[in-house]
Amino acid sequence: MEIADITKQRIKQYLAKGMRFDGRKPMQYRDIVIETHVSKKAEGSARVKLGDTEVWAGVKLGMGVPYSDSPDSGNLMVTAEFSPMASEKFERGPPSIESVELARIIDRGIREGEVIDLSKLSVKSGEASWTVFVDIYPINDAGNLIDASAIAALVALRTAVFPELKDNKIQFGEFTTKKLPLSDNLPFTMTFYKIGDHFVLDPTVEEEEASDSMLTIAVSSSKKGEFVNAMQKGREMPMTIEDVNFIIDNAVKEYKKLESAFEKALK
Amino acid sequence: MAYTKRFDGRKADEMREVEAKLGVVPRADGSAMFRFGDTVAIAAVYGPRHLHPQFLQNPQQGIIRCHYDMLSFSVTERKKPGPARRSQEISDVTAKSLEPVLMLSQFPNTVIDVFINIVQADAGTRCAGINAASLALAHAGIPMTDLVGAISVGSLGGSVVVDLTKEEEDYEEDGEKAATDIPMAFTLRDGKVTLLQLDGKVSPENLKKAIEVGRKACEKLYDLQKETLKGLK
Repeated sequence: MEIADITKQRIKQYLAKGMRFDGRKPMQYRDIVIETHVSKKAEGSARVKLGDTEVWAGVKLGMGVPYSDSPDSGNLMVTAEFSPMASEKFERGPPSIESVELARIIDRGIREGEVIDLSKLSVKSGEASWTVFVDIYPINDAGNLIDASAIAALVALRTAVFPELKDNKIQFGEFTTKKLPLSDNLPFTMTFYKIGDHFVLDPTVEEEEASDSMLTIAVSSSKKGEFVNAMQKGREMPMTIEDVNFIIDNAVKEYKKLESAFEKALK
Repeated sequence: MAYTKRFDGRKADEMREVEAKLGVVPRADGSAMFRFGDTVAIAAVYGPRHLHPQFLQNPQQGIIRCHYDMLSFSVTERKKPGPARRSQEISDVTAKSLEPVLMLSQFPNTVIDVFINIVQADAGTRCAGINAASLALAHAGIPMTDLVGAISVGSLGGSVVVDLTKEEEDYEEDGEKAATDIPMAFTLRDGKVTLLQLDGKVSPENLKKAIEVGRKACEKLYDLQKETLKGLK
């Protein structure tokens, strides 16, 4: 969707007064709706809605050979497929750069946020270990797919259980009750969009189109305090150092709000 | 031994619990979810819209393209993301099953894209996809002469049963008694066949019976599709 210049101007005029078309404040997320166990065939699955944006994520486990530099670790594999179902902008064919980038940002948030203890996924040193596949599918793009996908991936991991294993072979379709080795860390991926002189979180499609630059930042919180686990600067327009500092400060501040919205949605 | 009692206790001509919902993909021009038991399909329609590359355009009428795929975690063993030969074939037969009811001559040079995602699979996915697509096309306001309904009928253990589950599809017995899956689609008012596939071994008598049973089962799908669309404003 190409939006008209007049809409872009109007978005900026609104933001100058701290307002958005849908009545939200600039840093306010839309309501989060979480549904778990959406596919009985998956080891873990979730459906997450941020307003009209909807993303499905599923966890499948596979048996693989560990990398030679980490013979006692399992693997994490995050992929995203931007089905043309979700938006007229997405096309069929090989994975688009946007879907690869999204998967890699979310991979980093999960990996560096130490959500999953890969060292506990070894089955036989150097020979066999679990591979955790997290597959992400946007179903409806109404803006901010990155943040919605990160939440969906996190919830899918939290609901995941191991499948049965016999002689190091997975018994597909038979599940144990054993959960994946996850920590309590909750990394949230927040993407800040800069529109003119203003920042917004959780943009709609129109706001995304009106934005000049964006910065994705994954923050996790534990007893040791908050940490930034992943970042990605997007779009062509540069950002000032002040912009970046503003985002870092606000990411930590908004993290708490997102965390309580997340906990509420899980109930 | 004949397969007289079904694994889930259904009668031979009884389909699983069905459910349909419109508007599941708000961004699309039309969309619907359709469920047979544990098989869930989502379909989204975009179009009629500009078709490129240009050489594909037909000045006489619009074209329909279907894109069927399964989510990687919709099946027990992870399906590698991306289309494969199986999904390409199903996409093609799905398009052919829907095309007869679409008034495509009203939209020359354009394309109607139908995207079908199977989010949970327990056999009968192409049929669930066609039912979802029929609803999504109507939801998108595409002029149609009829609706399309699809059901899988199976012959197993010498009996004819409708709407097989995966467990039934995997039923094994010697020779003609092993499970044979016959997915079929009908125009729901006219009762014309728009999809018919078969993979297995079945006697001509049972095949004829299967088609009859399938046609009958589609009456329920017609009612469901009509009821679902009545909710449209």
